[in-house]
Amino acid sequence: MSNSGVPNSSLVLAQKAVKQLRLEASVHRIKVSQAAAELKTFCLQNAHKDPLLTGVPSSDNPFRPPKSCVLL
Amino acid sequence: MVVCCCLGRTATWVSYQLKIHAQKYMRSPLIPEMATQEVQLNETLAHLKSESESLKSKLEEERAKLHDVELHQVAEKVEGLGQFVMKTRRTLKGHGNKVLCMDWCKDKRRIVSSSQDGKVIVWDAFTTNKEHAVTMPCTWVMACAYAPSGCAVACGGLDNKCSVYPLSLDKNENLAAKKKSVAMHTNYLSACSFTNSDMQILTSSGDGTCALWDVESGQLLQSFHGHAADVLCLDLAPSETGNTFVSGGCDKKANVWDMRSGQCIQSFETHESDINSVRYYPSGDAFASGSDDATCRLYDLRADREVAIYSKESIIFGVSSVDFSLSGRLLFGGYNDYTINVWDVLKGTRVSILFGHENRVSTLRVSPDGTAFSTGSWDHTLRIWA
Repeated sequence: MSNSGVPNSSLVLAQKAVKQLRLEASVHRIKVSQAAAELKTFCLQNAHKDPLLTGVPSSDNPFRPPKSCVLL
Repeated sequence: MVVCCCLGRTATWVSYQLKIHAQKYMRSPLIPEMATQEVQLNETLAHLKSESESLKSKLEEERAKLHDVELHQVAEKVEGLGQFVMKTRRTLKGHGNKVLCMDWCKDKRRIVSSSQDGKVIVWDAFTTNKEHAVTMPCTWVMACAYAPSGCAVACGGLDNKCSVYPLSLDKNENLAAKKKSVAMHTNYLSACSFTNSDMQILTSSGDGTCALWDVESGQLLQSFHGHAADVLCLDLAPSETGNTFVSGGCDKKANVWDMRSGQCIQSFETHESDINSVRYYPSGDAFASGSDDATCRLYDLRADREVAIYSKESIIFGVSSVDFSLSGRLLFGGYNDYTINVWDVLKGTRVSILFGHENRVSTLRVSPDGTAFSTGSWDHTLRIWA
């Protein structure tokens, strides 16, 4: 087998790794303070629609009322 | 006789080394151009390696620059959550062995679950009745998913495949007869999910790849390479946010992928062990992960970094499965110590610990309308909590 077999594939792998890292390094980022603020806003805006968070009266939650007796 | 074998092998090894050495020695003086090429190749590799290292530290630097505050600090003024009363409301019994995976139907009442015993069962969670049951040709059915239409389920595991079974209204019909093999991997299937329609399935596998398949033809539409070890989980971004998905693996990495190009667009490596579960935050701007390192973490996609860790010194068992409540305020984690821990996503504190399962919790999903969540366990049962 020629000498170029093995080194070429590790070269290709190394080139791919560098290309991937370049791509990841170029991602546009925002500050954590801004990102966190938006996560918080989303939570608070949707809190009233979250049944597990607010607790829904038994009549509205199909799972909450105890299973009524089933006559087999 | 053993000594002779050893000597024999040593002799063979020595002569092999001499041969290689001779070849190397002989190459250089006889073919000078190739020698120069080899040197150039080595220089390029070293150059690439150092560029790789400098890019990695640049990445860390850039991410750190924007790390001006912690999530829980931003949430300091947010009202704390009160006491939660969440109990098991239904117990689904019927599997003969460990429950490995489950998924909700969009109708918010049906559930599909799969088990180590090779069975895939469709339940009506309101009544706890079993509506369909399929026996797979393999054991350890590690993945199952409900089709968006509610008319089919997909499952797979040690058979390295993902198969789709149309659900028939006729309970007497043999579902196995209509089975369609869609995905083929070279190792076990760890997770599967339909995309926005019944027509495409996304899979992840122990072979280190994820793949997108056309259900009708079984054709591979896109494959995703980048994980260095088994991929254990995946989750599709909420449809409004576009064509991406996140995957987690044994290489401790969580990767975000572009479904159309197959490109890995972001990668996060802060966990200290296998990532067993990943789930998008409801807005699509972040995702949570659960790992064998006993922590859950939150990664924000626009800040491109981890923004919260959910852990306690007393929690030492791995997290198998995570999911958010509808608003994203609560994060539910199923753990290998049989419990479910409920976390306040914003403040980073635990708000509740739920007991009930008698073995590891292996899978956990919140229902589509957020009124309940379901867990599956190695204790052979599924539980609905609300």
